[in-house]
Amino acid sequence: MRNANTLLGAAGLATFLALGEAVPRLGLVSADYFPPPSRIAGALGDELGDGAFWSALGDTLTGWVIGLAIASGAGILCGLLITAVPFLRQATSSTIEFLRPIPSVALIPLAVLLYGTELRSVLLLVVYASFWQVLVQVLYGVQDVDPVADETARSYGLGTWARVRHVMWPTALPYVMTGIRLAAAVALVLAITAELVIGAPGIGSLIAVAQASQAVPHMYALITVTGVLGLLINLGARAVERRALAWHQSVRGETVL
Amino acid sequence: MKALTRQVLFAVGLPAVLLGLWWAASDGSTDPFWPPLRTILRTFPSVWTGERLRSDVVPSVLRLAGGYALAGLVGVGLGTLIGSYRGVRAFCEPVLEFLRAVPPPVLVPVIMLFAGIGDTMKIVVIASGCVWPVLLNTVEGVRAVDSVMLETARSYHLRGVGRLRHLVLPSASPQIVAGLRQALSIGIILMVISEMFAANNGIGFTVVQFQRSFAIPDMWTGILLLGLLGFLLSVAFHFAERRVLGWYHGLRASTRRS
Amino acid sequence: MLDIRGLRKTYQGSGRQVEAVRDLTFTVKAGELVCLVGPSGCGKTTLLKCMGGLLTPTSGEVLLDGVPVTGPPPGMAIVFQEYGRSLFPWMRVAANVELPLKEKGLPKAKRRELVTDALRSVGLPDAADAYPWQLSGGMQQRVAIARALAYEPQVLLMDEPFAAVDAQTRADLEDLVRVLWQERGITVLFVTHDIDEAVYLGERVIVLSASPTVVQDELHIDLPDERDQLHTRVSPRFTELRTHVYEQIQAAKRAARADASTSAAAPDGDGRPAG
Repeated sequence: MRNANTLLGAAGLATFLALGEAVPRLGLVSADYFPPPSRIAGALGDELGDGAFWSALGDTLTGWVIGLAIASGAGILCGLLITAVPFLRQATSSTIEFLRPIPSVALIPLAVLLYGTELRSVLLLVVYASFWQVLVQVLYGVQDVDPVADETARSYGLGTWARVRHVMWPTALPYVMTGIRLAAAVALVLAITAELVIGAPGIGSLIAVAQASQAVPHMYALITVTGVLGLLINLGARAVERRALAWHQSVRGETVL
Repeated sequence: MKALTRQVLFAVGLPAVLLGLWWAASDGSTDPFWPPLRTILRTFPSVWTGERLRSDVVPSVLRLAGGYALAGLVGVGLGTLIGSYRGVRAFCEPVLEFLRAVPPPVLVPVIMLFAGIGDTMKIVVIASGCVWPVLLNTVEGVRAVDSVMLETARSYHLRGVGRLRHLVLPSASPQIVAGLRQALSIGIILMVISEMFAANNGIGFTVVQFQRSFAIPDMWTGILLLGLLGFLLSVAFHFAERRVLGWYHGLRASTRRS
Repeated sequence: MLDIRGLRKTYQGSGRQVEAVRDLTFTVKAGELVCLVGPSGCGKTTLLKCMGGLLTPTSGEVLLDGVPVTGPPPGMAIVFQEYGRSLFPWMRVAANVELPLKEKGLPKAKRRELVTDALRSVGLPDAADAYPWQLSGGMQQRVAIARALAYEPQVLLMDEPFAAVDAQTRADLEDLVRVLWQERGITVLFVTHDIDEAVYLGERVIVLSASPTVVQDELHIDLPDERDQLHTRVSPRFTELRTHVYEQIQAAKRAARADASTSAAAPDGDGRPAG
């Protein structure tokens, strides 16, 4: 069964590539706009042999990892703080509901003004967007704490900090992992968006340059790279999540971006 | 009554404090990038009412609506098809996983090649970014229809359109709605990006124009407007969801009680 | 009415065959209320799904009024054990009952009449506008029964319908089934693992063996037509009958154990469905 599915999937991928190859070659779409995968692969080869590509990849990943780390740390910290103090939980909920849906890209003009094309521009967007993912999941997670467990802890005289450490944190951990996984995907999107729109160095700005110089196959090649990057981040985050939480069967709704 | 007052106080308390802090901290600010909140709020009506409402805000919202609706139709339609057949699902899965992983904003330059820089481009960009969460969630939802419900439907001769309308789609609707919620935030982002990239009107375009011409208070009003738009759309979505998925929330609450 | 002839069903497990039903032959006459009872895991559900046209038997056939069943036949309704998963939670009670009638293409007035009548028959005339999940488990199963009644079947198949409700509700629902059967003259085939329930309800009880299933025994229940929970269950005849059925089921279990221990030497013969 599993093998059959893998085979079918491989066939699907092959069909996708073959269609991509056939459509421009048959002249259904101009190859200027839609180069066949073989030409994209050639362009990808060029890129991989180019030092500029690798330093751009490094820039993108730097922005991604720093942004994700800040957002995760801040999200977890704020989440635990808010939930440990009942007063804060009530006081912040409306603010969170208001701030969260604000599209992070609205901050682009501000980022440009303040930091130009520096890394900090990228970080501003990445952190803003991914922070909410983590925070909201932490809050969900703590809501999930079994009241009986919490009352048991209280009845044995555990203090606030001990309850956070031994009751809330273990319950919330699966949610935190989900939050970080979602934040990882969002952080990549925002890092590349910032580079693309603002021009901060990275894969995104290479795409903008390729577009401006009409290097269409290179543009497609770079876009493929972003897709592969996204895929790897997804798979990696899922693997980490599974390993860390093999004991926990979690079925939850997810929100991205 | 007292509880209600308390709730209202909690809801408006912190936002009021934050706004007050912003107001106080920025009042008399001479830093050109951080104009006083007083100035921003005073500028807001003159910037966004009247002519700009018609020439920028409305077109942006219409593009968003168009692209979002298109993504919803295509996503639910294709998702139902793919989710209904195990073979089709296995066939499409790797390709879909890859396409979903591509950060949507990089589609802007590609779609510009095909569709120029007009409204079509923006609608297609929004649709092609929003379609993935809807599609993949629909596939999951359709796949997970309960086996007993499917057998019930078979034994009562429910098939074809009736089966789709009364069983498959309602049963998948919680997931479909979750996908639509994700798609909404992606849609707003793509609306802004596509207008920042290439446009001659729209909120995103205008905000960038303000920034480039150093009309800083105007730029701030644009940021506020985008925030407000995001917030209002999410509130509207919330109400729509409460309506459509009332049964689902009730069901969940009743299983949690027992 | 309902003829089961030489029914056999094997499943293709991972690399091996599992025989769930070996050889079943029995008949249900029109208007009869027959209970099928057997040890747990005896392939009752497989049998019922074959009869309902939801599963295709490996060999043998099911005839309804002389016509072979190849898919769900129009004159048959099934009441499932899992009422919570059989009623559609996004539809109100009345819509749930009405849906199959809509698909049948009945006119609106007729549909409304059937729905009202069916809900009244199961004692839920006021629940039409509730959602199923707002009702108790027993009430939900009543709705599922109402849906089956409104469908106006000749044959009603019930798959352990009361296994998931509490004891008192269960007694009420059993009486409801007796009443509906008497009032409406439907043929009812009631699958259960509860011996008392089988004897209390049935005109006839068919005892099934453990899987791979064959008919272990068949007996006529010569209790009076008017039964009630209080008197019927303490009558000497009831006790005799239930003892008899109980012994038959124990015999079936012993046979299954003996079968398992002899075939334990053979690697692939434990006769249980995998996973």
